[in-house]
Amino acid sequence: MDHQPPPFFKRGPAPVALLSFYVALSVALLVVDARLQTLEVLRQALSMFTHPVQHLAHLPAQFLDNAGNYFVSVARLQDENAQLKRARLENVTTLLRTQQLEAENERLRKLLGVKERQQASGQLAQILYSARDPYSRRIVVDKGQQDKVVAGQPVIDDAGIVGQVTRVFPFVAEITLITDKEQAVPVQIVRTGLRSVVFGLGNGQLELRFLPANADVQNGDLLVTSGLDGIFLPGFPVAKVVHIERDTSYSFARIFCMPLAGVENFSEVMILDPRPAIALPEQLAKEAAGREAKPAVRSGLAKKKRLKRD
Amino acid sequence: MQTSYSSSRILLPVRPWFIGFSLLLALLLNLLPTSVWPGVPDWLALLVVFWSVREPRRVGMGLAFLFGLAMDVADASLLGQHALAYVLAAYGGSSLSRRILWFPLGQQALQVFPLLLLVQVVQFSVRMLVGADSPGISYFIGPCLATLLWPLLTFVLLLPQHQPVDRDANRPL
Repeated sequence: MDHQPPPFFKRGPAPVALLSFYVALSVALLVVDARLQTLEVLRQALSMFTHPVQHLAHLPAQFLDNAGNYFVSVARLQDENAQLKRARLENVTTLLRTQQLEAENERLRKLLGVKERQQASGQLAQILYSARDPYSRRIVVDKGQQDKVVAGQPVIDDAGIVGQVTRVFPFVAEITLITDKEQAVPVQIVRTGLRSVVFGLGNGQLELRFLPANADVQNGDLLVTSGLDGIFLPGFPVAKVVHIERDTSYSFARIFCMPLAGVENFSEVMILDPRPAIALPEQLAKEAAGREAKPAVRSGLAKKKRLKRD
Repeated sequence: MQTSYSSSRILLPVRPWFIGFSLLLALLLNLLPTSVWPGVPDWLALLVVFWSVREPRRVGMGLAFLFGLAMDVADASLLGQHALAYVLAAYGGSSLSRRILWFPLGQQALQVFPLLLLVQVVQFSVRMLVGADSPGISYFIGPCLATLLWPLLTFVLLLPQHQPVDRDANRPL
C-alpha cells in the first residue's frame, strides 16, 4: 500500500476524474438526443437563455436590412405595385374558376360518397435566420408555442413545399427543409400518377429513390405531394426532375430533382395547420379496438382458470 | 503571468468578470449571421482554449460544458455535441498550459492548433456516427484561421492586465 501525502492546496477533484464525468455526461446527452429525442424540455429551458443572445446577434443584420429597404426608391415600389396588380388581374380568372371548380368537386365527391378534400389553412411566419449547424438544413421562424405551432406541421411558400416543423420553442420554431438529408416527402408524379418518396440530399437537391431503372420518369416531370403520409395535404408542388441516370448495373434509377419552393431563400412562409387524423374504416376500427381489448379478456380468462384450479 | 514564461513583462492578475464577459462576447460572435460563411472560426472554442491555457484554475471543464450546451441549443445541433468538444479542448488546454506558455507566441499558436482541430474533428465524427451529411472541407478552415489569430488574441485579451498597479500622478506611464 502506498500512502500519499495530504494535498497542500485544495484544488477540487482530479482533472481526469472531472474529464471523465463531463465526457460521460455529454455522451449520455448525445445518445439520448440522437436515439430517444426526449430532451426537448431541457432544450426549451436552455433556449430561454440563448434566444435573447441570438436575437441580439441578429439585430445588426436586421438594422442594415431595414436601412436598405428604407432607401429603396419610390419609383421601384410603384413599378412593383403595378406589376403585382397586373399579375392579380391575370390570375383572377383562374382563381374565380378554381373556386367554382372546388365547389363543384365538393358536390360531386358528396354524390360519390368520397371523403371531402381538406381545405388548406395556416398562419404566416417570418423566417428569422437559418440555423448555424453546417450538418443540417434548417431555418428558424418567428412563430412558436405561443402561436400554437406543433412539431410536424408542413410549411409552404408561394411556389410549393418548404419543409416541416421539427422543433418548437416558446417563441420560435425550427423548420427542417425538404433538402435536409433526414427529410422525406411522399410525392406523386403529375404526368403519370406514379407514387414515390423524395429524399433530401443535403446539397440543395432532392432524389427520388427506389424507382426501377425503367420507370416512366422524364426530365421536367413535376412532383406534387401525394398526401398518403397523413401530414402533407395532397397536390402541393414539391420539385421538378432535372437529371436522370439510368445505369443497367444498378436495379434503381438515380433521379435528381430541384425543389420548386424558394427553399434556401429568405422570405415569408406559411405554416399549414396539422391535418386531422383520417378515421379508419369501420371494420378496421373494430379490429383495432378488439386488439386493445383482447389482453383484458385474456387476463379475465386466466383469472377464471385460476379460480377453477382453486 | 507573462505572455510567455520567457518574457520579462509581469502582468496583473486577471479579473474574473473579464473572463465571463469575453466568453459571452465569443458566444455572441458565434451567433452572428457571419458564422455561416466558410472559414469563420469558432470563437467560443478559441476563447475556451485561450482561457484554459492562460487560467487553468479559473476556466475549467465545467464552464466549457455549460457554454457547449448553450451553443448546442443555439445551433440546433445534437445536444452534447459542442459540450463534448469544448470539454475535451478545455482539458487539453489546461493540462498542456505549463508547456504551451514556455514558447513565444508564434509557437504557442502551433501548439494550440491541434486543440482547435480536435474541437472540429470531435463534432464531425459525432455527426458522422449519427448519420448527417458532410459539411465539406471548408469546415476545417476555421481552426487554421483561429490559429493565425492566436498572437493577436493574446495581445488583445491581455491588454486589461497591462496597466501598472499604482497610478502615480508624477510618473509618466
